Amino acid sequence: MLTKRIIPCLDIKNGRTVKGVNFINLRDAGDPVELAKLYAETGADELVFLDISATEERRRTLTDLVKRVAKEVDIPFTVGGGVSSIEEAGVLLRSGADKIAVNSAAIKRPALINELSATYGNQCVVAAIDAKCIDEQWKVHLMGGKIPTDLELFAWAEEMESRGAGEILFTSMDHDGTKNGFANEALRKLSERLEIPIIASGGAGEISHFKDVFVEGKADAALAASVFHFKEINLAELKQYLKQNGIAVRLH
Amino acid sequence: MKVVLIDYGAGNIQSIQFALQRLGIVALLSKDPNEIRSADKVIFPGVGQASFAMKKLKEASLDSVIPELTQPVLGICLGMQLMCDATEEGNTKGLGIFKTKALRFNQNLKVPQVGWNEIRGLKSPLFEGVNEETYMYLVHSYYVPLTAYTIAQTTYGLPYSSGLRKDNFFGVQFHPEKSSKAGSVILQNFLNLTND
Repeated sequence: MLTKRIIPCLDIKNGRTVKGVNFINLRDAGDPVELAKLYAETGADELVFLDISATEERRRTLTDLVKRVAKEVDIPFTVGGGVSSIEEAGVLLRSGADKIAVNSAAIKRPALINELSATYGNQCVVAAIDAKCIDEQWKVHLMGGKIPTDLELFAWAEEMESRGAGEILFTSMDHDGTKNGFANEALRKLSERLEIPIIASGGAGEISHFKDVFVEGKADAALAASVFHFKEINLAELKQYLKQNGIAVRLH
Repeated sequence: MKVVLIDYGAGNIQSIQFALQRLGIVALLSKDPNEIRSADKVIFPGVGQASFAMKKLKEASLDSVIPELTQPVLGICLGMQLMCDATEEGNTKGLGIFKTKALRFNQNLKVPQVGWNEIRGLKSPLFEGVNEETYMYLVHSYYVPLTAYTIAQTTYGLPYSSGLRKDNFFGVQFHPEKSSKAGSVILQNFLNLTND
């Protein structure tokens, strides 16, 4: 049976993890590769690296990081952050990334999704969508959720699918950072309307939230950052809990 | 041992190269027919769209080279599907090694299938030391039905072939290079195969 995926997300700036992570057993907790290896060994099904650096060196630093991760980590990983052309995506994929997450660039130029899908296949195209519920309407936001657009979440997700996205990574700005659970209602609607898998993001605070996002939110995968980085949730315990609650997960 | 990774411009071959490096093997990336013919082991990767990949294979004349290879050959993901007679993806004619056709997953499933699923019914030296119901990482929208060549199966809506074998030709639908420790056992088993 296909299992539900648990995906730790690492924010990267200039080749280093951004948030002060709290792992005493790592030689260098700021090194994304060390952290990625630890997660892979303790039960992560995939990893996401989001690059938020804004320097001119960004591309080269990110490419170097992707190569280092691909060399040492034996599970799939997605890279996102400012990818806006098929050339840029190609460099990251050839360096060993499995998937590319595209967010603002797809809003500015939706045909990018068609181009990426036609060139590299839809399996490596993740359409990342940040949205916030305003007056009972889910509105897509740009630039990490700072700038609202006129796009409506569900229509936009369907457009991403029809243009060739292989997965949707939906972050609810209303839930992100709250630790009160995922946006299950919106997720369920996305999951029922789209044929491609949905990755839920934003709101994870305790292990029961992961059960809820799979059962109520019908998500195919759940992404979280700080609960893993700060050891509030242990990956192995989380997966045991999900299995005990009848959710198909990969144990090893 | 000379391991050649067929580099025909389709797919993420870097991951396979790194996975082999973790096993102590430096694979040669090549689309040169002579290099490929002289290898001890050949890995035929594939990620992306079938008709585009077939076009790339033809441009390098590899569509006639691959079916005539006599050493162990391992097709991965789209590589395995292209070793079949045909695939529904872009109505593409394949290399005709496995007499079967890749079909699209049923409409009421999430497509592509993305994630970890079990392999069962394992029957080849390729799976030595790998337990039944081990999880492997898969990403695909088309599947090969169960056939006489099936050496591993997985269920998604229906049981299908996640491993195929005919003589020296092996194919796996999953990505051993991305399937944690069990995946590297399968790659090591492939490297250990003898040509008999």
